[in-house]
Order: sequence, then C-alpha cells, then structure tokens
Amino acid sequence: MNINLTLIGQAISFAIFVLFCMKYVWPPITSALEQRKKTIADGLSAAELGEQALEKAKIDVDAKLSEAKGEAKNIIAMAEKRQSDILDEANVKASEETSKKLKLAEQEVEQLSMRLKESLKKDLSKLVVEGAEMILKKEIDKSTHDKAIQDLVTKI
Amino acid sequence: MAAGAQTGSEYIKHHLTNWTFGKDPSDGVWKIAETAQQAQEMGFYAIHLDSMGWSVALGFIFILLFSIVGKKATTGVPGGLQNSIEIIIEFIDSNVRDTFSHTNKLIAPMALTAFVWVLLMNLMDLVPVDFIPQIATYIGVHVYGMDPHHVYFKIVPTTDPNVTMGMSLSVFFLALFYSVKNKGMGGFVGELTLHPFTSKNFLIKLILIPINLFLEGVSLLAKPISHGLRLFGNLYAGEMIFILIALLPLYAQWTLSVPWAIFHILVIVLQAFIFMVLMVVYMNMAHDTGDH
Repeated sequence: MNINLTLIGQAISFAIFVLFCMKYVWPPITSALEQRKKTIADGLSAAELGEQALEKAKIDVDAKLSEAKGEAKNIIAMAEKRQSDILDEANVKASEETSKKLKLAEQEVEQLSMRLKESLKKDLSKLVVEGAEMILKKEIDKSTHDKAIQDLVTKI
Repeated sequence: MAAGAQTGSEYIKHHLTNWTFGKDPSDGVWKIAETAQQAQEMGFYAIHLDSMGWSVALGFIFILLFSIVGKKATTGVPGGLQNSIEIIIEFIDSNVRDTFSHTNKLIAPMALTAFVWVLLMNLMDLVPVDFIPQIATYIGVHVYGMDPHHVYFKIVPTTDPNVTMGMSLSVFFLALFYSVKNKGMGGFVGELTLHPFTSKNFLIKLILIPINLFLEGVSLLAKPISHGLRLFGNLYAGEMIFILIALLPLYAQWTLSVPWAIFHILVIVLQAFIFMVLMVVYMNMAHDTGDH
C-alpha cells in the first residue's frame, strides 16, 4: 500500500507500451481492417454491377432470341414457298417434256406409218405391175409401163 | 493457507505486502525488504518488484500477441487469433469514435493498450490466491534460503495503487498537456478560474476567481485520483475477498470462491472497460475547446 517508485516505473512502462502499440500494433491491424472493408465493398458493388449486366444480357438474349425466331419463321416460309415453286416448275417442265416426247413419238409414228404406207404402195404397185406383167407378158413395154405405175403411185 | 503457523491476520497481511526493493533508511543500503514494516519505512525510494515484474510481463504478452497478429494481418479471411484480436480492436475503435470527437492518433492505441493491459493484470486475480505466491515461497526458501514469512509476492498488479495511479497520473499529465496545447495557457487557466460562477461585473468576476479556482481545482484533481483508485479499489477488494475465502477450511472454500470468481470475471472486464472509457473521456475533455 506504499506509494513509491513503482508509480513512476509504471508510468514509464505504460508510456513505452502505448508508443509501441501506436507504432507496431494499431496501424497494421486497422489498415488491414480498412482494406478488407474496402475489398468487401468493392466486391459487393462488383456483384451488383454483375447482376445488372446479367439483367441486361437477359434482355438482350430475349430480344435476340425473338429476332432469331422471327427469322427462322421467315426462312421456313421462304423455303416452303421455294419448295412449292420448285415443285411447280418441275411439274411444268415435266409436262412440257412429256408433251414434247409425245409429239416426237407421234411424229415418229406418223413417219413410220408414212414410210409403211409408201413401201406398201410400192409393194402394191409392184404387185399390180407384176400381176399385170404376168397377164400381159408380151405386149408390155417396161418403160412406158413404169411411167404409168409412177403416175399411179403418186395418185395413191 | 500459507506455510507455518500463521494467524489469520498475519496471513492477510502477508498476502497484502509487496515484494519490495528499496533503500533502507537506517543504513542507506538498497535491499529487499524483509518485513512489511521495513517495506513501509523505505518510503518513496522503493520499488515493488512483483507489481513491476508482472505488469511488464503482461504488457509484453499484450504487445507480442498483438504485434505478431499485426505483422501477419491479412486482408483476406482472418484466422481465429486475428479474428479475436480484430474484435477487440474494433470494439476499442468504436468506443473511441463514440467518445472522442477530435483527431488524435494517440488516443485509440492508448485506449487499446490500457484496456488490454489492465484486463490482463486484472485477470491475474482469478489465479488462486496462494498458487503463485506458494511457488515463489518455495523458490525463495529453497533457492535463496529465505525465511518463508519474508517472501512477499503479489501477482495482481492492479491491486497495487502505484500501478493504477501510475497509469491514471500519466493520463492526467497527458490531459494537462493537451489542454494547454489545444486551449492555450490562457484558455486553460480561464477554464479553471472563470467557471462555474461568472458575472458581467469585472469586480465580482475578480472576487469569484478564487472560488472558481477552488471548485475547478478540486474537480480537476479528483479525476486522476478517482480514475486510479476506482480500479485499485475494485481489484483490491476482490483480492481481499479471495484472501478471506482462502482462510476458510479447505472443503468449504469452493462454495464461496467459485461464485465470487464467476462474479469477478464480470468485474475484471468491467473495470478494465471503465478505466479505458474514463481515459478517453478525460482526453476528450482536454481537446474540447468549445466555450464553457
């Protein structure tokens, strides 16, 4: 209970501890705290920004999606149209071709029949002349009779 | 109870005497006091080795612990130790911010030092009263061949008024320094002499000066004394009760010492906190330059 030099010793050690604390304890810890606070605040604001960006991106995506959908619809419609066009075209072409071929075939048939007719005519006239020759063997002159046959052939 | 055939009052007296190193007035030699009587006679030129030793050791524990954390302080996720130290620092910081409305880089570290240091010194009160003194007695008797009754060892520095007053007087002188620095000599003297009673008449004002000076002087001086003695008184009383409980028979001690120790945990923290807050308040008053 005696007041003595301990008083002064205590005051001195208190001063030393306070100075030490002021130099080596308080600043690093408080600056670390401050920095962490800042980091957290930065992180939070960054998160908010990210959220906003996400929202914006969502809107963008929606817009793009609907655009793409519209485009796809257009493309499909166009494709359908083109398909029918192509079909029509093909139909037309096919019918044209068939009619052409038909015509050709008809012509051919006609030619054939003509040729047939002609050869038939020739054969017939030959037969007629031969028949006539057989009948009129001696009296007939070949050249005058050929002429007459030729006339007959053209007449047929 | 301490060794040997001691009466209750001898035991108490023994426990309340510090390990004193001082100048013996009879022959002028510096030595360790052998009796409480001798320690008292040494007067001012003596030092309490136990109080100083424990307080400095505890102060080093504080400084080491906190500076290690300060060095390793990470701005990322803190570990357990850093976390708890950050809690203390934030607690002090918020208290200082609430109480101290000026800028002074000294105040917050000083409040931290005072709080943690006083808390650690108070904590020594929870160590059973005979635990360390008995070890000290054993060492004293067997290593140095001392009389066991002459080995004095108090382990709670804050039950020594020198310790608490040493701190409160430091705060007092620092407050005086800041008062003069911030208010000027005139402002400080004016604060002491022109309040609380004041008059527009110059003559009456002059007459009122000694009255004001007396009132303000008392309140000024009462601050450091109450500041230091409040802490000392609380801890001294707590220690005293632990000593009284230790006088009970062994089987009955826990019935009182356990509840008192639990209650004392509260007292310890509270007193450290009060000491710190008062210190900040006094420093704030020294910085207040507003008109009174």
